[in-house]
Amino acid sequence: MLNTLTLKKALTLLEKKEISLDDLYHDLWKVYEEKNQLLNVYLSVDKDALKKAKENENKPLKGIPIAVKDNFLTVGLPTTASSKVLDGYLPQYESTVTKKIKEAGGVVFGKTNMDAWAHGSSTETSDYGPTKNPRNPKFLPGGSSGGSAAAVASDMAIASLGTETAGSIRQPAAWCGVVGLKPTYGRVSRYGIIAMGSSLDSPGPITKTVEDSAILLNIIAGKDKKDATTSEKEVPDYTLALKKDIKNFKIGIVYIDHPQIKSTLAAQKTLEAGKLFEKLGAKVDLISTSKNLEKDKVLSHEHAIAVYTIVQRAEVSSNLARYDGIRYSNPRKYFGHEAKNRIMLGIFGLSNFLQQEELVYKTAQKVRALYIKNFKQLFSKYDLLISPTSPSFALPLGATSGDPMFGELQDMLVEPSSLAGICGISVPMYKDAKTNLYLGLNIMADYFQEEKLITAANIYELNNKI
Amino acid sequence: MKKYLPIIGMEIHIELKTASKMFCSCKNDPFFAKKPNIYTCPVCLGLPGALPVPNKKAIDWTLMFGLALNCQINKFSKFDRKHYFYPDLPKGYQISQYDLPFCYDGKINTSEGAIRIRRIHLEEDTGKLIHSTINGKKVTLIDFNRSGVPLVEIVTEPDIHSPSQAKEYAKKLYQIIRYLDISDADMEKGQMRLEANISLTIDKSVLPNYKVELKNINSFRFLEKAIEIEIKRQEEILETGKTPVQETRGYNAEKNITYSQRSKEDAADYRYFPEPDIPPIKITENWLLQIKNQLPKNYDQLLDDWSKKYHLDKNLASLLFETSSQANWLEELFTYGQKQNIDISKLVNFLANKKLQVTLYRDDYEKIISSFKQATTVANVSDEELNKAVDEALKTNPQAVADYKNGKKNALNFLLGQTMKILKKRLDPSLVIKKIVEKIG
Repeated sequence: MLNTLTLKKALTLLEKKEISLDDLYHDLWKVYEEKNQLLNVYLSVDKDALKKAKENENKPLKGIPIAVKDNFLTVGLPTTASSKVLDGYLPQYESTVTKKIKEAGGVVFGKTNMDAWAHGSSTETSDYGPTKNPRNPKFLPGGSSGGSAAAVASDMAIASLGTETAGSIRQPAAWCGVVGLKPTYGRVSRYGIIAMGSSLDSPGPITKTVEDSAILLNIIAGKDKKDATTSEKEVPDYTLALKKDIKNFKIGIVYIDHPQIKSTLAAQKTLEAGKLFEKLGAKVDLISTSKNLEKDKVLSHEHAIAVYTIVQRAEVSSNLARYDGIRYSNPRKYFGHEAKNRIMLGIFGLSNFLQQEELVYKTAQKVRALYIKNFKQLFSKYDLLISPTSPSFALPLGATSGDPMFGELQDMLVEPSSLAGICGISVPMYKDAKTNLYLGLNIMADYFQEEKLITAANIYELNNKI
Repeated sequence: MKKYLPIIGMEIHIELKTASKMFCSCKNDPFFAKKPNIYTCPVCLGLPGALPVPNKKAIDWTLMFGLALNCQINKFSKFDRKHYFYPDLPKGYQISQYDLPFCYDGKINTSEGAIRIRRIHLEEDTGKLIHSTINGKKVTLIDFNRSGVPLVEIVTEPDIHSPSQAKEYAKKLYQIIRYLDISDADMEKGQMRLEANISLTIDKSVLPNYKVELKNINSFRFLEKAIEIEIKRQEEILETGKTPVQETRGYNAEKNITYSQRSKEDAADYRYFPEPDIPPIKITENWLLQIKNQLPKNYDQLLDDWSKKYHLDKNLASLLFETSSQANWLEELFTYGQKQNIDISKLVNFLANKKLQVTLYRDDYEKIISSFKQATTVANVSDEELNKAVDEALKTNPQAVADYKNGKKNALNFLLGQTMKILKKRLDPSLVIKKIVEKIG
């Protein structure tokens, strides 16, 4: 089954002509026919994918099929962000990231299901029904890039693209047992991606291996003239980081002393990961993230949830204002419950109808600045910080209903880093033999230090026998 | 009736004439666009996923405008989102500036006193709604050619106290922005839009507790008239002991009345927050220095200098140019003329009154100066010769003489012309007129 190949392997075999695109796409379509109806991974697929692949076989990505989250604008394939407000919307232009993928010879095989407007961590808020976890279909895949993670985990794509605002790449990657890399904010262009939290959104790869993430990051990273928030910083060859080791790396373990995390398996496995890194030559410390407000308050993920919720909801309320029912498929009443909740909360944070001394939003931004300062301090001492990606294994289908803060609780361990805009990666950490479900290890590095993430995650992946 | 003092502040929007729009590379030429929606792209249509990238030139020009109005510059500035729903606003928010405008604390002098400029900020223009009938059905169409055109807003302190001062201020702003050549500010094309906030007070030290915003004014003359009529309306209300309603009013030039458009009891909640798609803008010393180097001499200063140097009439001189490059051209003409001992104030007089058949900024200096010389050189004439000619003119034109005696001063010009005709010479008019008056007695 060629669809099970990693990106690296598929590229190598295609290069050596040991496999053909015909066979690869044959196997891919076969698994699509078998599984898509059950798992609900793709909202739309490109019937001409193979033809396009063949036109690109001499380019770096050689016509490899890539699954793309449905919030990337793709010419020729509908783009809805899983919301009926945009039902059937055919974009007039291409997102920078998918343009780069196409120019490098990749093929957008299909558009993957997600939480509507990327609001959520379960893919259950999709207006087109939930995606199911390929590892165990009674469980959620996580989200909001649940479809992209599930596409990779179910071998319905060789690799995929997602977006993360806080956790939306890493958490579904963790729950689906694959690799998800959230680049530094500004490393990858947001142009042509339906905005959620504009000051937080980071597009990134979801793949079978760390190496595959490095290959895709090489293609999608870099300055985009059309996105003023992208960095001028030069893009290194991230695959070179795969060959480096972590000797002399200083690694801090964070968040696992929190009462809600402390006794979890995820905390225990993270400690074990620390031990493994130590064995491999790194220096590992356990960093206390007590709730002590005076001392360490900005590290606390609980405050991060508050700050993140206010900032992100504010941006959501603004970004969704353009869907005014005049120019797109459906009017505003088609917004789902979650979107309406977020719009209202966002407006609350930006309005001064309570005559507060300061807008809630402004206070949140001040605390956010403290998070940034705090991470800077930490990264002056540590190369990497590690924590569980999510406190738990994937939760069963339906777990989100009636819990407006579901996503935030699932993402509490990654939200501080998202607020700061630093990079992170989730790698499979542990697999439960009975349920076939996974835990992920979240590795975080300073701004534009994706190479360190890749080095450490790659070594961990090679040495952590699941 | 009590003596009321008008308290007037103005908000003026002016479109900058950059080649491209404020946040995308679409052509900035909404007025002359041959069709609706031809100068559009994902950014100015507000399509999903589109992101704004600020136009550096527009920022440069805003800074330049601020410096020309003696403003302070915010070295750390940013754009903000201003939210409201309207069909001509495709994103549901306008990218504007809230608490850190590029320019603040400026000043413009008028003959009735200085007017403080509170702020100048840069924002994007909206699209345009077109109400029309298609197949018998009333429809509203949207043209996005104007969407995203760079727009500066100049806000004054409430320092204006008369309709004539408001007019003078607006005119001056118009002159300065055209002098800088960064906007055509053509009101008929919607490139300059005037709004005045008006209220009345008896006690100068207390600001009134209401204000009326006046809109839809498309000429300086109408601005003056609209404010006049609005002051009158408010006086009448205040005289009955009531307070005018806080509202926005339009001006109907045909009927010369203002009329209520919408009440504005509470300040609208625009939910401003910093535009996350555009990083904050640091205006470095170096950047500012570059702008200062491009900045032409201050408009008022230029006219003052000319007035001192050439003893010319500033008002007449100001009629001769609009842009600073035109002013430079004139300055060179003046220098050239001075070398040839030309009286520049007279030259300006002739040019302003269009008595010279020349084309400014195109004809060379020599041609202009020689036309001027030709037009002003007077022939020599002996007293005897003049006496004879004037006598003849008076004799052959008794009606004109009688007219003059009956108080018709124009008759003198006629007799002056007749005298020159007899002599077939260009004479110094003052000399001839003196002689005519002497003779008629």
